[in-house]
Amino acid sequence: MLPGKVDAALRQRLEELESKHGDTVRIADIAEVVESMMATLKGDVVGADLAIYAELESLARYIQTAKTEIARLRPDQVKEQYLPAAADQLDAIVEATAEATHTIMDATEIIEGVMENLDGENSQKLMDATTRIYEACGFQDITGQRITKVVNTLKDIEERIDALVAAFGSEIEKVKAEQPEAEEKEEKKDSDEKLVHGPQLPEDAKSQAEVDALLASFD
Amino acid sequence: MAVDMNMNILVVDDYKTMLRILRNLLRQLNFSNIEEASDGAAALKKLRDCSIDLIISDWNMEPMTGIELLREVRGDGKLKHIPFIMITAESKSENVIAAKEAGVSNYIVKPFNAETLKSKMASVLGDF
Repeated sequence: MLPGKVDAALRQRLEELESKHGDTVRIADIAEVVESMMATLKGDVVGADLAIYAELESLARYIQTAKTEIARLRPDQVKEQYLPAAADQLDAIVEATAEATHTIMDATEIIEGVMENLDGENSQKLMDATTRIYEACGFQDITGQRITKVVNTLKDIEERIDALVAAFGSEIEKVKAEQPEAEEKEEKKDSDEKLVHGPQLPEDAKSQAEVDALLASFD
Repeated sequence: MAVDMNMNILVVDDYKTMLRILRNLLRQLNFSNIEEASDGAAALKKLRDCSIDLIISDWNMEPMTGIELLREVRGDGKLKHIPFIMITAESKSENVIAAKEAGVSNYIVKPFNAETLKSKMASVLGDF
């Protein structure tokens, strides 16, 4: 129901907007709605209406600024680069710890084999030690489950950012067009940081033999 | 009655590491007939194909979880008598209650040690 005091032109415009957008308006459309209402008000406002007009104009500017600020945070980059990279690193942790755990158990099983040739007391000491090793290897199962939970949380975040990217798509494109150099710098910075802060993923890594061959190629 | 150390034990877990840990710990407890399955569905198939005397199962697995496996086992006339030990990191009260209501024989919280495994098995099978 529209307020009774609005004039005919504004009433008609509001009805058009209500018919177009229904009861809910997407964030991305609010500015359009406000601007549209302001266009109707122009030239026919006095006193209290003028204050509303100024408020609406200020609101439209605020929304536009917020949209631009959010677009500058580049949620598309978070979705396409940072979240998948984080998930890959976590998967690599699970794989590496599983591999190390199996190596530990390989060695422990060999110790158990040797144990059979020892006398009672020494055999029992080694048995107790190997039991403790097997118990401790359970860490991989626990960390694996915890990391899986984190990866699932990242997937939830990705879905929410997806919705954000859909809502701010045009603004993001504008920011990308305005700041192509910034993106390039960011990518280079990421690459340099990876060198400083930690190992690359296994598929990106060179083997010792490949590194040796590379070094030898300088001789 | 003495525990039959030749009994067939089915260990169910989707982590190969945990399957291997359990196999080794059970071997150190002198149980040598150990079958393995990587999820509830595979376990159910093995239960119907082989003669199993004890089930030790994880909770979090796909496509069939440990609690679903437990309900299937308890709902099957031929399998419902098999002791079932749940071994899991899911130790919230509601999980334990759900498992108890589904007919679990005992419950081991991860991380666990060999002594806990032995004592929970003994509470189900008798001392060994």
